[in-house]
Parts: sequence; structure tokens; C-alpha cells
Amino acid sequence: MEVKYDYDLLVIGSGPGGYVAAIRASQLGLKTAVIEKDKPGGVCLNVGCIPSKALINQAEVFRNSRMLEDMGIKLDKSGFDYSKVFKKSRKAANTLARGIEYLLKKNNIELIKGKGFIESPNQVLVGDDKRFTAKNIIVATGSRPREIPGFTIDEDTVISSTGALMLEKLPKDIIILGAGAIGIEFAHILNAFGVEVYVVEMMDSILPLEDKEITGILQKSLKKRGIKFYTSTKAVSMDKMDNNRISVTLEDSKGNKIEQEVEKVLVAVGRTPNTEGIGLENIGIETDRGFVPVGDYYQTKVKGVFAIGDIVNSPLLAHVASKEGEIVAEFIAGLNPEPRIDINVIPSAVYCEPQIASFGYTEEKAKAEGIDYKKAVFPYRGAGKSVAIEKSEGMVKILYDPSTSEILGAHIVGAEATELIHELLLAKWGELIPEDIATMVHAHPTLSEAVMEAARSAEGWAIHF
Amino acid sequence: MAEQILMIALSPTMETGTISKWEKKEGDRVESGEVLCQVETDKAVMDYESIQEGVLLKILVNEGEQASIGTPIAIIGEEGEDITELLSSIKRDVVSEKSPEVYPKEDVQPSDIRKEVVSDRISVPKIDRIMASPLARRLAEQRGIDLAVIKGSGPRGRIIKRDIVSYIEATPSTASFEVISPGEKDQIIPVSPKRAIIAQRLAESKFSAPHYYLRLKVRTDDFMKARKALNQTLESRVSVNAFLIKFVAETIKRHPIINSTWQKDTILRHGSIDIGLAVAQDDGLITPVVRDCGNKGIIEIEKELKELISKALENKLTPEEYSGATFTISNLGSFGIEEFTAIINPPASAILAVGKMEPQPVVTNGNSIEIQTLMTLTLSCDHRVIDGAVGAAFLKDLKDIIENPIKALY
Repeated sequence: MEVKYDYDLLVIGSGPGGYVAAIRASQLGLKTAVIEKDKPGGVCLNVGCIPSKALINQAEVFRNSRMLEDMGIKLDKSGFDYSKVFKKSRKAANTLARGIEYLLKKNNIELIKGKGFIESPNQVLVGDDKRFTAKNIIVATGSRPREIPGFTIDEDTVISSTGALMLEKLPKDIIILGAGAIGIEFAHILNAFGVEVYVVEMMDSILPLEDKEITGILQKSLKKRGIKFYTSTKAVSMDKMDNNRISVTLEDSKGNKIEQEVEKVLVAVGRTPNTEGIGLENIGIETDRGFVPVGDYYQTKVKGVFAIGDIVNSPLLAHVASKEGEIVAEFIAGLNPEPRIDINVIPSAVYCEPQIASFGYTEEKAKAEGIDYKKAVFPYRGAGKSVAIEKSEGMVKILYDPSTSEILGAHIVGAEATELIHELLLAKWGELIPEDIATMVHAHPTLSEAVMEAARSAEGWAIHF
Repeated sequence: MAEQILMIALSPTMETGTISKWEKKEGDRVESGEVLCQVETDKAVMDYESIQEGVLLKILVNEGEQASIGTPIAIIGEEGEDITELLSSIKRDVVSEKSPEVYPKEDVQPSDIRKEVVSDRISVPKIDRIMASPLARRLAEQRGIDLAVIKGSGPRGRIIKRDIVSYIEATPSTASFEVISPGEKDQIIPVSPKRAIIAQRLAESKFSAPHYYLRLKVRTDDFMKARKALNQTLESRVSVNAFLIKFVAETIKRHPIINSTWQKDTILRHGSIDIGLAVAQDDGLITPVVRDCGNKGIIEIEKELKELISKALENKLTPEEYSGATFTISNLGSFGIEEFTAIINPPASAILAVGKMEPQPVVTNGNSIEIQTLMTLTLSCDHRVIDGAVGAAFLKDLKDIIENPIKALY
């Protein structure tokens, strides 16, 4: 006889992985509930992507105010109050969090408030005494900022991305440890508002996973704006001084010590999966460097229990978590979804100015793996619009297979890169080749013309370069 | 009143024709029965004789271009007639039919890489019923894989890269994906109508007719002596092939079932012995047919054969001259081939593969060695029509006749 469960599916965590999985499951007829200990929407919505984009947008407005001065307008910036910027970002986050609540409700998904703890493969304890049973469980508990020795995060002087988003007052100067996407975005925001920014990166370039030719353009641009970079450098220790400032000791690759005094330190060296204290050990799931090992459909070794998002070893990106959530929901509902996302078709986006967006192979990775490739590039300045709107800094770069023209990767640095990348990504996804983009008519004047011209350049006939 | 001249079927199997030469120019007067143009069909170059009269007002399909049956290739009418309306109606038809070949392409020849890419594109609509990603198409083209045999696993059954890759992996004979040719670049050769028909007919024959093969060695000393004697009396020589045709015809008379066609519910035994001889051409092969060999003398056979072969080499055979052989001979002796097996050429049920004549030591009387000139014959038979013993009896009698030509008279 079949056992009666409270739900067909219980999702632990309502971030972009969890809530998307829940909605997709409910669409497919599964009786679903989501357990959330905080606000719905997870890190992405509350202390991640969304509020940071609200800050970045305002940073751009502030930075672009110089264009008004170019027009002869005298701006009085004395009334500038960063707490207003902060509040606006919270408003965006709260609006969207309520949006998630609404979406869950609309899809008849119960939102259970409290911390979930797995007691058995079919039972989750919420809070102290509420127990729910389900045929399937998706664990989507996300991640939190990683710490490094010597820099204990107190969210006051030593802050994480969460603390940085919650700043109501800007520091005079800051050291950002880590030049990944989070570090670079905050460097951009804080610099735009006039904070003196020092970025420290252990690797020899910023955004180490991105193509070096592309990040080189960004780094040059950010340097010009006054951001100071210490690459191939690690942060060794810090001392709190009497004047409420911190002295940070850095060490470069040759062992030279550098002392840098700042008001705050932002630790942005990556994220750690939230896999402790949720009862995984109760059902025999062991983690590997914090990650839950999963199969092609994100099944754990325990039947009926799945794991998605930042707690599995795939790129820690909101859109990856969402896609994984869809796959699991469809799998549980008995559909036959495409298994496991191909990492070469996952876009990444860095929202500084100029922006960076990319997918697939970088030149460095292609070389390291011995993959034969050719590259085609087109500079933004060759597209008329970029000059007209004063965003001529940037480049579109396509890597492709010399024999079949298959697109291997694409990289854009420049204005609107995070939107432009999708034409190339669609081409990759639909197995179009550069010729298809090269011969398609693009509206003039647009930045997308740079994408078309890069594709033409792959075919050997860029017109404006 | 101006009217269209349509492409017509100039051979039984023709679906499209390539205009190889226009005999008339725009503005020329055309009488009914006059040759308008030459059309390359799947087998030969044929004269297109006009059934209409008037002035050739407009050529729609240029030399070297293709037109399928029923599509307009030219416009004929009175001198100076206004044909703009007719032209635009043709244009509409053509556009709605999506058949780009009918429309005159630009005069510029594809000379550089760019042009090649453009012409690649033009070929795509031909297969646009098969949903495949551009990358999959390119991979299939590079590997010479027919997309029609691939099952698509993409959205709505679209063929995507992985389908081609798994097809290649599942087909061990195909070159592996990793192989990079060390020499010159691979070339894609378009399949000519003739090549397509050869491929289709022979594959059909080999896959549908259960072939079996019989082989024996034939001594040719007496045959060659007889031929030499005959040729000394003649102004022009009679070829070995004419002799073989005659010998085969005489043997078929004794084994008439050899001269038959499988028709599923019935077997058609042909009244006339029509023997085809495989002739190699630059761009394929063709089998001109000597009709009614049972009732023709060897000199007459030789005369007809000579004419047919020279026409074949000039691509001028008409369908009546190359279709419907009831038996076929393929002789590769002149290439030094010792022996080989041939694929039956339908509607015939047997084909004789002839190897070269060669002096060889032969053990005679059990204890002495003699030098004899020998030739290996291999008979391929369609088992649906000809059983093994029947084929063997035929081949044995053929051997007897060749070794002792006088027996042809029995």
C-alpha cells in the first residue's frame, strides 16, 4: 500500500533554485511546499544580485552626473546621502521578495516559515516541533560568504558582501579581498560614489575565470577611474588601530610585504555551501568539500532526495540554480528533461562599467585543454552607436572551431555586454555558426552590430574594422 | 501570344535536367521540331526539340543551370511582344515553389571563398524539410553523411551536433571524428544526376536481389584462333566483346530462364536477348544495349556495338539505347583485372564479369604441364530467378562454346 505523504515535494530553501523548482513542480501537478527560514527569494534576491544591481544602477547615475556638468549644469552634490541609495536598494529587494511570495501563492505552493532539518528521507522538521512528510525533497539551501584566516567577518569593520549591501554610510576607503565578480562589482559601486578602493587578488589577473584579453580591458578602465589593484598578492593579516582604522598586511608573489591602511575590509573570496546543520547526515549523505554529490538529474544517493544550486558542485550562479530546479522538478514529475547543464552554455555576467559577459571557452582554457580554436574580435568603437553614446570602450570576441565553425566561447566587455551576450549564446545553444549571425540583418545603430561584425570577422569580412 | 517553354522528361527516370547548351539565342526564330537546347539528364545529353513555334523571347534557365520537369525554361512568342506580365507571373510561381535553381543566378562565377559560402547557402533549401541545426548540417556535409538517415534529438526532433556525433560513433567504418587528414583539404563533390542514378540503381539491385556468384576458368586459345581467322577476312576487326555477346546469346538460347526479370508475382521471360555492355565514361558508366543478339550475326553485333560505344563516350546515347538490357557483360580484362564480381544491372537477372586473358601453366592428363591462355568468368545471378544449378549449367555451356567456338553453331 502506498504511504500517504503531506506533499509530493518539499523544497528546503526559497532562493532562485528552490522557488523555481517549486513553481515548476506545481505547474506539473505536484503538491509542493517550500521551507524558508528567512525572506523568500534567498541570497540572490535579498542580499545578492538584486540589491547589488539597484546599487549599481544608482552608482551609474551618480557617475554619469559628470555628463550633466559637461553640459554646463552646476551640480551641488553636498546633499548626497548614501543612506537614500541604500534604502532604494532595499525597496527593490523587498518588492521582489513579496513578488516571490505572490508567485508561490498563485501556484498553490505553501510557504512554511522556519529552518528545515531533514530527519529521514521523507520527513523534515521545521522549527522545534512542526514535521512535514513528502515523497521527494529538494535541498536548495544555498551558500554564504567564505571567510579567510585572519579576517573574521564581523559585518562592521570586516564585512562580507551581505555587510557591504547593508552599508548605510560609505567608508572613506576600503580593501576588497578577492577580484571575482562580487569584489569587482563592489569596487565599481564604491569607486563610483567616491570611496577609495584597493582590490587584492591572489591570482595574476582580476576575474580569473574570464578571458584575459577581456579582463585586461576592464582592469585598465577601472585603473583609470582610480581603483588600485594588487594582483598576485595575498592578504596576510590585519590590525585594528586606535583611530578606528585597520592596517592590512599584504604580501606579493616575491614575498614583499605591503601595509595598507583603510576604514573597512570587504572579504569577497568566494562562497561556502550551506550543507551543515540541515540533517544531511541523518540520511547518510556525505559532502565533498562541502558540496553534495549528485547524479545527472541532481539526485543524491538517497532515493527521493535531490540537491541543487550552490550546494552542488556547479557554477555558483542564480541562473544555474534555477535551471537545476527546473530539471529536478521535471524529473520528479516523470518528464524526460535534458540532464545536467553543459557548463559551456552557462553565461556569466559581471555588472561593473564596462560590463563583462561570457560563456564557454576562454583562450586560456582552450590552450590548456589543447583545443584547436580561432578567434574573431570586433572593437566597440567600430559600431557607430557606441561612439554616439560615449561607450566606445569594449570588444566582442568569439572563439570558434576552425574546421566546423562551431562557437566554442564568446566574451564581451563593454556597455550592455550582459544583454548582448545572449545573441551569441542563442547561436551556441541552437548550434548556429558565426556565418548565421554575420549574414543576419541587425538594426542600425545598435551595439548588437558589434556582435554581427565580430561574427563577420570570423568569416573574414568585417565591414567597419 | 507568348507562352512558356517547360522542361519535359527526356528520359524515363529524369526529374531535373541541366541545360548544357542553348542552340537558339534570344531573338532567334524557332520552328517546331528544331533543337532548342541540349539537356543533360540523369544518363545522357539529349536534344530538346521544340514543339512550339515563334521567336525565342527570353531564356529563363542559363547554361549550366538545372530545371525540374514542368518548370519554365524559356518564353516563346511573337517578335517584340510584351512579356513583362508573363515574366512576373512566372516569378511568383517560382517564389512560391521555392525552387531556386529555376531562376537565373548572377553571371559571376564563385571564384573566392566568400562566394563558396554563398553557394553553400543556396543549396540548403533543397533539404529544408529535414530540421537540422546549421552546425549539424556542416558536420554532416563534412563527413558526407545524409541527414535523412539521422534521427534528431533536439527540440521537435531537430538534428543537432550530438546526433551526428553519435551516428559517427555508431558507424565504425566512417572515419573517426578525431582524424585530421594530413594531406590536402577534403573536398565535397556534388553528386551529378548520373552518379545519383548509378548509386540508386546499383544499391537497389545489390540490396534487393539476392546475388550469388559462379566462377570458372575458360581456355581461350581456340576462341582467339577463330577470331584471328575471321578478322583476317574482314576490313575491320571484330572485338572480343562482340564475340562474347554472341557466345552469351547462343548460350542463353539454351537456358532461356537466364534472360528473365523478377516481377515479384511473376517472372518475365524476355523474348528478345538484349545484351548490355558496361562502358566507362569520365563521369560514370553506362550500358549500351545491343538488341536481339540471338538473331544477329557477329559482324552486325560488332557494327552496332561500335556505334553505341562511340555515342556513349560522347554522352549521346538515347534512353532506348541504354535501357532494358536483359543480360549484361562487364569486361575489365583490358585493365589487367584477373577476376571480379559485378552487381546485377536491373531488369536483367545476371551479369557476367570477364577478367583478362593470360597464359598459365595447366596440369593436363594428370602428369604434364601445358601453357594455356585462360580467362576467368564470374557470373552473378539473382537467386529469385536463377537457381544455382541453372546458373552453373549456363556457365558450363558458355565455357564449352568459348573453348570450342564451333559449338555455337550446334
